[in-house]
Amino acid sequence: MASIKISSVRKVYPGNVEAISDLNLDISDGELVVLVGPSGCGKSTLLRMIAGLESITAGEVRIGDKVVNKLEPAERDIAMVFQNYALYPHMSVRQNLEYGLKNRRTPKAEIEQRVNEAARILEITRFLDRKPRQLSGGQRQRVAMGRAIVRQPKAFLFDEPLSNLDAKLRGQMRIEIKRLQRSLKTTSVYVTHDQLEAMTLADRLVVMNAGRIEQVGKPVDLFERPASLFVAGFIGSPPMNIFELATLRQLPGTTLPASIPAKADLVGIRPEALRLEEPAEPFIALEGTVELIEPVGGESHVYVNLNGIETLATVVVQGRLAEGEGSHIKLFMPASALHSFVSETGQRVE
Amino acid sequence: MVENRPWLDALTHLVLVVGVLIVAFPVYVAFIASTHEPSAFVRGVMPLLPGDNMVETYSRMLGEGLELAGTPPVWLMLTNSFWMAMIIAVGKIIISLLSAFAIVYFRFPLRTLAFWTIFITLMLPVEVRIMPTFAVVADLGLLNSYAGLTLPLIASATATFLFRQFFMTVPEELMEAARVDGAGPMKFFKDILVPVSITNIAALFVIMFIYGWIQYLWPLLVTTQEQFYTIVMGIKRLMAQTDREPDWNLVMATVILAMLPPVLVVLSMQRLFVKGLVETEK
Amino acid sequence: MQTKRSIFTNRWLPYVLLAPQLIITLIFFIWPASQAVTSSFERQDPFGFRTTFVWFENYTRVLSDPSYANALWNTAVFAFGVVAVSMGFALLLAVCVDRAIRTARLYTTLLVWPYAVAPVVAGVLWWFLFNPTIGLLPYILEGFGYDWNHRVSGGQAMALIVIASAWKQISYNFLFFVAGLQSVPASLSEAASIDGAGPFKRFWTIIFPLLSPTTFFLMIININYVMFESFGTIDATTSGGPGQSTTTLVYKVYVDGVAGLNIGSSSAQSVLLMGIVIFLTFIQFRYVERRVNY
Repeated sequence: MASIKISSVRKVYPGNVEAISDLNLDISDGELVVLVGPSGCGKSTLLRMIAGLESITAGEVRIGDKVVNKLEPAERDIAMVFQNYALYPHMSVRQNLEYGLKNRRTPKAEIEQRVNEAARILEITRFLDRKPRQLSGGQRQRVAMGRAIVRQPKAFLFDEPLSNLDAKLRGQMRIEIKRLQRSLKTTSVYVTHDQLEAMTLADRLVVMNAGRIEQVGKPVDLFERPASLFVAGFIGSPPMNIFELATLRQLPGTTLPASIPAKADLVGIRPEALRLEEPAEPFIALEGTVELIEPVGGESHVYVNLNGIETLATVVVQGRLAEGEGSHIKLFMPASALHSFVSETGQRVE
Repeated sequence: MVENRPWLDALTHLVLVVGVLIVAFPVYVAFIASTHEPSAFVRGVMPLLPGDNMVETYSRMLGEGLELAGTPPVWLMLTNSFWMAMIIAVGKIIISLLSAFAIVYFRFPLRTLAFWTIFITLMLPVEVRIMPTFAVVADLGLLNSYAGLTLPLIASATATFLFRQFFMTVPEELMEAARVDGAGPMKFFKDILVPVSITNIAALFVIMFIYGWIQYLWPLLVTTQEQFYTIVMGIKRLMAQTDREPDWNLVMATVILAMLPPVLVVLSMQRLFVKGLVETEK
Repeated sequence: MQTKRSIFTNRWLPYVLLAPQLIITLIFFIWPASQAVTSSFERQDPFGFRTTFVWFENYTRVLSDPSYANALWNTAVFAFGVVAVSMGFALLLAVCVDRAIRTARLYTTLLVWPYAVAPVVAGVLWWFLFNPTIGLLPYILEGFGYDWNHRVSGGQAMALIVIASAWKQISYNFLFFVAGLQSVPASLSEAASIDGAGPFKRFWTIIFPLLSPTTFFLMIININYVMFESFGTIDATTSGGPGQSTTTLVYKVYVDGVAGLNIGSSSAQSVLLMGIVIFLTFIQFRYVERRVNY
């Protein structure tokens, strides 16, 4: 077990392409940190630099109290779970699990005991003598996890491990990974582009964009107080409604609070925050025409045309909307739930 | 697709049967010839039904050869051909696996130069540079040796390229997982890469074995001692008896014996062979 | 040039791995090839004691030699004949095998084995069949009033090497055509069938055009085969005769160099031949690149 400390790390690829610029991040012992961001944001590069699969252009990565910049992946005492599992196709599941331990000259009896233990935890004991190609996607995923567990490393590194699974299995495995990490208490770094996965798994969430960290924090904090337009747009589904303040002010039937900071020119409204009933506290009101209703099981996503503004407002309504498409509705939300941004910097203002 | 055209189906099979017969015909005639006595060929037209001299012809060629034509026993030539083909196939596979591994999994100074040096050999079949190559082999004192027979043929880059192409399709993560698991380059090569390539290696082995077996011009030049004759070039010696018609039954028996091993290799490993040929050369 | 995304960092190991192939290549390829280039600019006196540098004299002599033009022409005729006969026959068989789904494997087995037959052996087999004294085919042809003797007739000698070489090459072409046909999506043929096209029309308007990459690839491969590997076939059947009527470029390199010991001329011819191969390879690669995008 160990903490991971990343200080002023840069990654520049040949041709002067900067993938990571001056990045700092402290991951404490036993924590599950999720790196999330769109493709090309540098999250995988960062993970691979921690793993030792990518060289570090500048800065320092420490695992525990040791600087690992120059160490081979195997010497860093980490284990990694890959997107396509990377199981050795010609070896049985047991041989796959044993391989790393054998290379480390772990005593035979101990290998046997650790493999059996990992297989028991992951419920893959029956598959130990099969080849990877005889397993389903979910089973392969478990074997890949098993290969990480048997090593009892200082840290687990996950590189989009669930993205090859179908939606249902993904949900299941997500829960299992979370439970497993809780019980093993191994420091983990988890990369994904799926914000839902990120929100549900993370002790702490790191949103990355263009080689930089946009925001670090607990998932709930990021959802409730996104530090930038980028985070606001990336976290939450359906995404936050963003309107130009000036346009909104001109709309008939719109009530806006006086508390909006003077610098702000964009405002954000979570689709979940909008209500059909007038609340008691100070509120914001909007009105418009229902263009489209998407029933999504227990709730409905309603797209409202605010009197001709190009972007439709998205509203999440519990249950069904009584009014049909084409009808005129009024929307309300507490003034405190409004997010204000400055378009020039993309930052939040209070 | 449902298609009911019985006459077309019949025509299809007719064409195929005729095709198979045409392809097989020369070999059939050769086999028949090998079962007759020499006197059968004096009468004018070659026979089309088997004779009764088969055992004698074959045992004579396998065991003694034809002293008159300077041909050693076929058995000896078959053994030489076998070892030549084996050394070429195995040698090519080993050196190409190593060099393709270096080219794909490492980045080092002069890598591009090394690549092109190997690449250029693709363009120079041994027939084109036959004289100077012969001179080099002679200078090195390798005439009449297995080394002289095989080394110049081992060096071609085809296998290197096929392995390179295949290695490029091996998932990156396999190597990364092995590194995380503590495997160095040679351990990865031995434990992961070679086992993963085994089908390709086998397919290539079939093709290279045949390539080695059917060589003609090169063995003709570098071997002057009977003990190093290969079967394919031996046939030519056998035919080149001046001033008289060759002993047809003996020549054709040798021809059949020369064809048999590689044809059996192709037929017994048909799936691998077809896969290796079609998938790798495309 | 590509490598993997992540690589091993060992400094000297790649050189050790490359060493065997590089050493063999340098000794048996690069060195002899450069020798060929050097001696193509030189002339040896008849006893081999002295060599003089003669600039392009060997080349000009080769290129103005009518027998070289003759060899070039023979090679072109030979190549055209082999490509046409062997590819046409192979395509016909491949189309049939593609239709006969249930028995495809069996027919394939019965058609692939000539790949393993040495060119010399192919030559001997057909030479035997066409033997003017005892051969079966001349006997049959005589029945039709046609006199076959490839020892006298240059045209017949050419026909003989074309048949023998094409026969051996059928299996190779066949396998690639079968693979090509299998990669044509069945839905295309089905769509054409719904549009009312019969089997022959479907083949010529849909399938054959889609096979053109395979056809082109095979053409290049076959030309290469004709240029070099057919050496054994020619040597076993006609030895380039009668009267040089089946002497191809590669056979002439051999005759002038090994038999005639005219090293300068033979080397110049080798270099010219390398030029042709490089040109063909270049076309092939250009074409392969294009096909990747296609």
